Amino acid sequence: MSTDEFLKLEEIRKAFPLNNGEEYVAVVDVNLNIKKNEIISIIGHSGCGKSTLLNMIAGLDIQSEGNIFLENKEIKGPGSERAVVFQNHSLLPWLTVYQNIEMAVKKVMPELNPKELRIRVEKFVSMVSLEVARDKYPGEISGGMKQRVGIARALSIKPKVLLMDEPFGALDSLTRANLQEHLMRIQQKVQNTVIIITHDIDEAVLLSDRVIMMTNGPEATIGEILEVSLPRPRNRVELQNNKEYIRCRESILSFLYEKFAKDDD
Amino acid sequence: MNKEIIKKILMPFLVCVFLIQVWSIIAIYVEDFPTPSDTYTSAFGGINAEGDELEGVLSDPFYIENQDDKGIFWQILASLKRVFGGFSLAILVGVPMGLLIGMSKTARYAFEPLIHVFKPVSPLAWLPLLLFIFRDISLTAISTIFITSIWPIIINTALGVRSVNPDYLNVAKVLRFTSFEKVMQIILPVAVPYIFAGMRLSLGTAWLVIVAAEMLTGGIGIGFWIWDEYNNLNYHNIIIGIIVVGLVGFLLDMCMGKLADFFDYRKKI
Repeated sequence: MSTDEFLKLEEIRKAFPLNNGEEYVAVVDVNLNIKKNEIISIIGHSGCGKSTLLNMIAGLDIQSEGNIFLENKEIKGPGSERAVVFQNHSLLPWLTVYQNIEMAVKKVMPELNPKELRIRVEKFVSMVSLEVARDKYPGEISGGMKQRVGIARALSIKPKVLLMDEPFGALDSLTRANLQEHLMRIQQKVQNTVIIITHDIDEAVLLSDRVIMMTNGPEATIGEILEVSLPRPRNRVELQNNKEYIRCRESILSFLYEKFAKDDD
Repeated sequence: MNKEIIKKILMPFLVCVFLIQVWSIIAIYVEDFPTPSDTYTSAFGGINAEGDELEGVLSDPFYIENQDDKGIFWQILASLKRVFGGFSLAILVGVPMGLLIGMSKTARYAFEPLIHVFKPVSPLAWLPLLLFIFRDISLTAISTIFITSIWPIIINTALGVRSVNPDYLNVAKVLRFTSFEKVMQIILPVAVPYIFAGMRLSLGTAWLVIVAAEMLTGGIGIGFWIWDEYNNLNYHNIIIGIIVVGLVGFLLDMCMGKLADFFDYRKKI
């Protein structure tokens, strides 16, 4: 297996049946190869099927045509090797931060004894610096903290791919920047394959190795793929005047607002 | 003591004083209507307006004269037993039914029309049929309470299941939960507060219905007792009965509320 074909999307087409018997074609002709440990952003206007694409990789949605392979194995349903960080964190509100992570680890790694389990959960609580909120309920912590728990929970089950559906979309811009830093630091440590759905151009450039730009729906598909060749670790302040950064930004801007502008959004 | 607490105690007291005044006036104008003081005497004992020495209904609620003549405590207990019998059966049947209807569209289509038809029927309409089937007053009363209690429990349980955030179910899918794990770890924690809300509604209605049911079935129970006092022309005892039923109902609702809060994760934060 070549490392270039870690996660492979082949001729993906997704249509949703409509009430009048016709169908709504969300995405067509999607072909994509994602390398191991690569960070990919998928960007596009709303309604471009980017979340649908992520859900199909997660196995929460099944494509109408085409195949998705992870390490040459066809994806047929959801599984813990493809952890998802949902936009609204989706922590269980009746469990504490610790218990939310524990629930996931317990299910995915039933072989751990109580001590190993505790050590593993603690490790991920501290990975996102939430030791102080360890025994708090999701209702008692801020949106940014909740999303950090969501990330910790997703990483704690040792996924091969981390799927993030607009993970920071619901947060204010300062918290969002803070979380992006967190994510980059964690990624330096754990090295994972990450797919991020976003509609934030700066976020896409800052975080990713490649940015996938989607055309508008219906029948959305991959319009352009942009390589971001910026060295890591990246610093958002220094990047502001970096030529490559500016080139990437402009290229996404022109894709989204000139080639595929959408005015009703 | 702060003003708020004084108000909370003083205001209901003033309302009571006013109501007793209204009651006294009614008693003056309506022939044979029990006066407040007569009612007090027949509740707690003492000498009534006619100069007779009376044993109060509430001064010895535990007496047992014979099978057909027991203190008010035993009447209440008999009613409570029937309510809890029917209510427990309704929980045992209603919660699983509600879970099924909430989780399966097929089950929902199958049962929802029936529920909507039977829910508005007064449980007392079932009573003659049940009496004919069981030919036993206690079983009839219990099954009437069962029919009273089951609808809110089914409906609220199903509502609780349907209010589970789809994202939580996606979490369960990604972690590959079995159906049992999904019910225990995701659906029940969300649905339990709804189930308790349904149970609280059911219990309240059951307590309303038992009084009427016992008036029809006779034998024993607080509803029968009130009807019996009417037949014996002890009108003051009817008023005592009303107040006792009210206090017991209030206590039941309060206990149910506390229990509901205890199992509601939202109240713990």
